[in-house]
Amino acid sequence: MRQGLTRALGGVAIVALAAGLAACNKSSSGGSGNAAEGKNCGYEIAYLGALTGPSANLGVNIEQGAELAVEQYNKKNGANCIVIKKFDSQGSADVAPGLARQLVADKKILGVVGLPFSGESQAANPILNDAQIPNITPSATNPVLSTKGWKYFHRAVANDSAQGPAAGAYIKNVLKAEKAFVVDDQSAYGAGLADQVKATLGSAVVDSDKVGGEGKQTDFSATVTKVVASGATALFYGGYYQNAGVFRKQLTAAGWKGVLVAGDGVNDKGYIEAAGKDAAEGTILTCPCAPASKAKGSFVTDYKTRWKVDAGTYSDVAYDAANIFLEGISKGNTTPEKLNDYLKSVNYTGVANTYKFTDTGELDPTQIVVWAFKVNNGEVVPDQAAPKA
Amino acid sequence: MHFSNLFHQFGELTVTGLAQGAIIALFALGYTLVYGVLRLINFAHSEVFTVGAFTAVIVWGGFGLNQDSPTPGLGGFVGYLLIGLVAAMAASAVTALVIELVAYRPLRRRNAPPLAFLITAIGASIAISEFVGVLTHRNNKGVPRLIKQEEVFPFLDGKVTDLQIFIVVVALVMMVGLDLFINRTRLGRGIRAVSQNPDSAALMGVNKNRVISLVFLLGGLMAGVAAIMYLLKIGNVRYDNGLYLGVEAFAAAVLGGIGNLRGALLGGIVLGLFENYVAGLFATNWHSVGAFVLLVALLMFRPTGLLGESLGRARA
Repeated sequence: MRQGLTRALGGVAIVALAAGLAACNKSSSGGSGNAAEGKNCGYEIAYLGALTGPSANLGVNIEQGAELAVEQYNKKNGANCIVIKKFDSQGSADVAPGLARQLVADKKILGVVGLPFSGESQAANPILNDAQIPNITPSATNPVLSTKGWKYFHRAVANDSAQGPAAGAYIKNVLKAEKAFVVDDQSAYGAGLADQVKATLGSAVVDSDKVGGEGKQTDFSATVTKVVASGATALFYGGYYQNAGVFRKQLTAAGWKGVLVAGDGVNDKGYIEAAGKDAAEGTILTCPCAPASKAKGSFVTDYKTRWKVDAGTYSDVAYDAANIFLEGISKGNTTPEKLNDYLKSVNYTGVANTYKFTDTGELDPTQIVVWAFKVNNGEVVPDQAAPKA
Repeated sequence: MHFSNLFHQFGELTVTGLAQGAIIALFALGYTLVYGVLRLINFAHSEVFTVGAFTAVIVWGGFGLNQDSPTPGLGGFVGYLLIGLVAAMAASAVTALVIELVAYRPLRRRNAPPLAFLITAIGASIAISEFVGVLTHRNNKGVPRLIKQEEVFPFLDGKVTDLQIFIVVVALVMMVGLDLFINRTRLGRGIRAVSQNPDSAALMGVNKNRVISLVFLLGGLMAGVAAIMYLLKIGNVRYDNGLYLGVEAFAAAVLGGIGNLRGALLGGIVLGLFENYVAGLFATNWHSVGAFVLLVALLMFRPTGLLGESLGRARA
């Protein structure tokens, strides 16, 4: 109840702030028009997703990847040729729709990198779609998103019908667990992924449970009791990194020695910070992406130089997504409609993958990669390419 | 429905529920004390807890402890625990007093309507929790492992750990101590007098404002202890943990009979146990549904809560 009030107040404040910023920008650029020095300059792309909030790290990885792409583009094509606008959704499905309305009101925005999470995507994508703004999500993996008939939606990674079975196959074939337990946090992403894992594991799932999402639950003792009592040697957690860490810590404290397996939502160092190094050790994290550290070209060093941190999960995919838009714009697709048509036929090789989209906006099936990562000595390191489903 | 789950895990669910209930009970005391004296729901009490918890983690950090440092021996445990307790209790008590001085006392002086108090309470709560959120980047802060959590004796299907015994014992000791303080000391008599009839108490020479400050102080001290127990049990703290636990603590206070100290203990433990049983019977996402349906159902038949007497009732 009170959390709802907090969010609502925060949402109002942010919308007001964004409105103010948008107004400022309009007055300044409308007056001079000096941005359009080079050819096809003076346009904007947007990042819509979390920059603060409980799962902010995942969003920041993406925003920094996209911003790096824009900065490099502007070095070649003139300062401020393309501007990246940031809209901080806090990862919340309550906040994202209001920001999406702000976003579509800005007529210079040709494309959107985002939204990072599945729940907020379901809430905000109808608005982007109605306004006919092409968008590429580098990380929202719930399969439902591509079934809504959104013509402007694109996904630069595989969805959870690839990731879920891969995680399940890892539990079955690599960990060789005969008894597995499945827990999710009831989010669109977490529950969807957990269902995929359950379907793959079948009768090996001895029991399952549903827990509260980020901040809504911190005492997991009832679930820990069930996990220990079930005799499971592997546990799949569908959810995001902070609660996964809190949960893992309590499992370890209660003496459970099995392996926790989780998806891309937990694939962040924030998980290790919450769980502690000892409890996090050995955790398996899947991702429908290749390791960012294996990205081609100078991306890894460029990112480190610019942001003083290593590229995180999906930083490379977001960099590619932004570059797809930038290449489209540089080829003269300077309306959202033309840019969307360009995406239909694009065949772009970036630092992380080669991108082609199907009619529903999904990544072409031949380009799907799923990797398993492992927590080793307090770092998330690549383990092996997970079996494709 | 998983009846077999509930039966086979009954012991473990009971033990963990008791430990969680004891923490909720300590937290609930702050709500019940302030309500007993002022008829005010101090929503900002949840932040009293949060500030205490973060202060303890920061102070431990100052001693070079973090969540990855090894578990200290018994001597280290006692030493660090006392340091943490003093830090958390001091920080919580100061926060509670500041809230009273800044958010409530000026309103009382101007005879503001009750609604104004409610809004300043919510305002103070959001302001403090968001402030902590911004300072901590809304991330979880890991707690040093002061105790290993080893089995002391088996109980039905489960086990009882040293930490669980410790939490319940500490909660009981604090409760008994507070109960004696309110019922046996001169200051406690002042609290009871103000809560029975503030005007008469003032005429009899009781300093009302001092009594009110004392009540906030006591609530803060208890929240500080609750914060330490919470840290040891959960292992992490985040800026919004107080908000959610605070709702449960407030519910526990109402369940036991708001304004009633022993009621807060009973309410906390009933709530902690019931939540766990519901989680065992259905799934963990149902635990709040079960707990709050219980609250509504119980209040239908006993509107004043389980023990239903007020802080100020004359002692036999």
